[in-house]
Amino acid sequence: MNSPINIAPLGISNSEVVALIRASLEEKFSVPAKVIDLPIDLEIVKSVERGQYYSTKLIAQAIKLTSEYEGKVLLLVDVDIYIPIFTFLFGEAQLNGKHSIVSLCRLHEEFYTGKTDNNLFYARTMKEVFHELGHNFGLLHCEEWDCVMHSSSAIEEVDIKGAYFCKNCLKEVINYKV
Amino acid sequence: MTHRGSILIVDDEEIVRESLLHWFEEDNYDVVSAETAELALKKYQERKFDLILADMKMPGMSGLELLSKIKEINDGALVIIITAFASVPTAIQALKDGAFDYITKPVDPDELSHLVEKAFHQIKLKTENSQLKSSYDEMIRPDNLVGESAHMKKVFSLIQTVAPTNTTVMIRGESGTGKELVARAIHINSTRKYFPIVTVNCGALAESILESELFGHEKGAFTGAHYRRKGKFEMADSGTIFLDEIGNVSPKTQSELLRVVDTKQFTRLGGNDVIKSDFRIITATNENLEERVKEGVFREDLYYRLNVFTIFLPPLRERPDDIPSLAFYFLKKFTNAMNKKIHEISPEAIAFMQNYSWPGNIRELENAIERAVVICKESSVNIKDLPISQNQFSVASTDDKSLAALERRYIAAMLIENNWNISKCAELLAIDRVTLYNKINKYNLRKPE
Repeated sequence: MNSPINIAPLGISNSEVVALIRASLEEKFSVPAKVIDLPIDLEIVKSVERGQYYSTKLIAQAIKLTSEYEGKVLLLVDVDIYIPIFTFLFGEAQLNGKHSIVSLCRLHEEFYTGKTDNNLFYARTMKEVFHELGHNFGLLHCEEWDCVMHSSSAIEEVDIKGAYFCKNCLKEVINYKV
Repeated sequence: MTHRGSILIVDDEEIVRESLLHWFEEDNYDVVSAETAELALKKYQERKFDLILADMKMPGMSGLELLSKIKEINDGALVIIITAFASVPTAIQALKDGAFDYITKPVDPDELSHLVEKAFHQIKLKTENSQLKSSYDEMIRPDNLVGESAHMKKVFSLIQTVAPTNTTVMIRGESGTGKELVARAIHINSTRKYFPIVTVNCGALAESILESELFGHEKGAFTGAHYRRKGKFEMADSGTIFLDEIGNVSPKTQSELLRVVDTKQFTRLGGNDVIKSDFRIITATNENLEERVKEGVFREDLYYRLNVFTIFLPPLRERPDDIPSLAFYFLKKFTNAMNKKIHEISPEAIAFMQNYSWPGNIRELENAIERAVVICKESSVNIKDLPISQNQFSVASTDDKSLAALERRYIAAMLIENNWNISKCAELLAIDRVTLYNKINKYNLRKPE
C-alpha cells in the first residue's frame, strides 16, 4: 500500500477534524494524505421526506469527478446519510474499491445526550474513517471485538470496538496492492 | 475464509437487494438475491439457504405466500419478513405463518444486525442440538455387544427389525450372554430412545417388594412407606421397561403383570387413582418357560403376551469366532481403565480361550480379561495370566463333536499350555513321545511362530 489517500470534505465546518484525519492517516498508513475539493452539491441527494442524504448517490458523483485521482477518495460530510433500506449509516464504502464516505453527524455526542465531548467525537471519527477505508482495502467485518473492522450499527458499538486494526486485518492492509 | 452462513434476499426493488447484499457481504455472509418470490422459490429448491429475508409486497407471489411455500419444503426454514407497513395484523400473520420475525422498512441497521445474529444463533443451537443427539446415541450404544459370527449377525438383524416397532420382545439365553445389552440396543434404536429404559431384576426381589417396585406405592401403603413413590412402569412412560428374569416372578405378580400388559393401566399400592403409562415391554429369561408353563408355574396367557418376538442369544461356547474380538474389546477397556500398557493377547492365549467352554459366558470372559490385565507384567496377555485351566476344557466348543475332533482340540490346548514342551505333554497325556508326535502330524498341529 503506497498510493495516497484523498480527503474530500463536503460542507464540513470543522477544519480541525479534517486536519486531524489527515495527520492520523499519514501517521498510521505512512502514505501521503491530501485534502481535495470536489464540486458536489449535497442538496441534490437530499431526501425531503427523510431529511437525510443518499450516500450511494454522493459516492456515484465522486466517482465521476475523481477518475484522474490516484489512491483512495474519502468523502467527509456533516449531514446525516442513508440508503433506502436503512434508517441511517455511519459510513459507506466500495468493498475493495476506491471511494468511501463517512458522516460525522451521528458521531457527535450531542446527537445522543446533548453534551459536547470533542475527544469522544474525534475517537469515533477516526474509528469510522479507518473502518470505511478498511473496506476499500478489501477487508470484511472482523469478529475480533477490539478491531476497528468490527461491525458497528449503533454508537455504543463504535465506542466499544478498538481504535485500530487487529493483527490479521492490519496484515491485509499492509499487503494491499495498488 | 469460511462464510458465516448463507442468506437469500428477496425484494423487487434493486436498490434494496443491492444494499442488503453489500451489507451482508461485508459481514462475511454468502449472499444471493432474487427479484421475485417465484425466482426465490426456485433458488431455494436448488439450495437450502440458512436464512431468507423476503419483502412482504412484491408483484406476483407475495412474501407471505413465499413463506408458506418455503415452509412446505422445509418446515425449519428461517424467514424474516421485511415490510414497509408496520401493521400489527401483518406482523401477526407473518409470525403465525411461521416467520422467524419481521422488520419494517427502512430498517434500523442495529435491529437488523441483532435479528440476523439471533437467527444464526438459533441455527447454531439447532446444529449443536442435533450433534449432541447423535453423540448421545453413540454414547449409550452398548458397544460391548460385539460379534462377527453368523449367530450374532442374526441377532443384530433381529434387533434392527424389531427395534422400530412397539412389539413386546422376549430375550432368551444363558446367564452372562448379554441379554440386557440387547434390550438396550433395541431401546436406543427405537423411537423411544430419548425416554428412559427402566430395568427391573424380577428374580432378585421378593414378591411384595417387586410389586412396590413395579407399580409404586402411596404414602402409608405399608409399614415403612413414608412417602409416595413412583413405580417402574410409571417411570418408563414413553420409554421401555426391561423385566429381567421374568421366569422367577410369583403367580400373584404374574396376574398383576398380565393386567398391566393388557391395559397399560395400574394403581399404586395403597392408592385408588388409575395411572396410565405408555411403555414398551422387553423381558429376558434363562429359564425354560415352556416347561414352567407345563408345570403350571408360569401363566400361559402371560407367556403368550410376552413371547411375541423372541431373540435367542447363543452361549459363548457356540461362537468361538467372536472370542478374539470380545477379548480385545475387554483388553482395551481394562487397560484404559487401569492405565496399563498391554496391547496384545498372544495367539496361544486366544486359541486357549477359544477352546474353553465359558459356562459364565461373556461375563466370565470379561472377568477373565480383567484379571489378566491386573496380573499381566508384560506387553502381551499370555495363557498363564488367564484364570482358566485345561481342566475346564470344552467338549462343545465347535459343531464337530466327534471323538477325533475332541482329541485334536485337547492335544492342541495341552501343547499351547505347556509351550509345546513335547516331553511334558506326553507325560501329562500318559502317552509316549512318539505317539504324541504321530498325533501332532495326524491332526496337522503346528507350533505358533
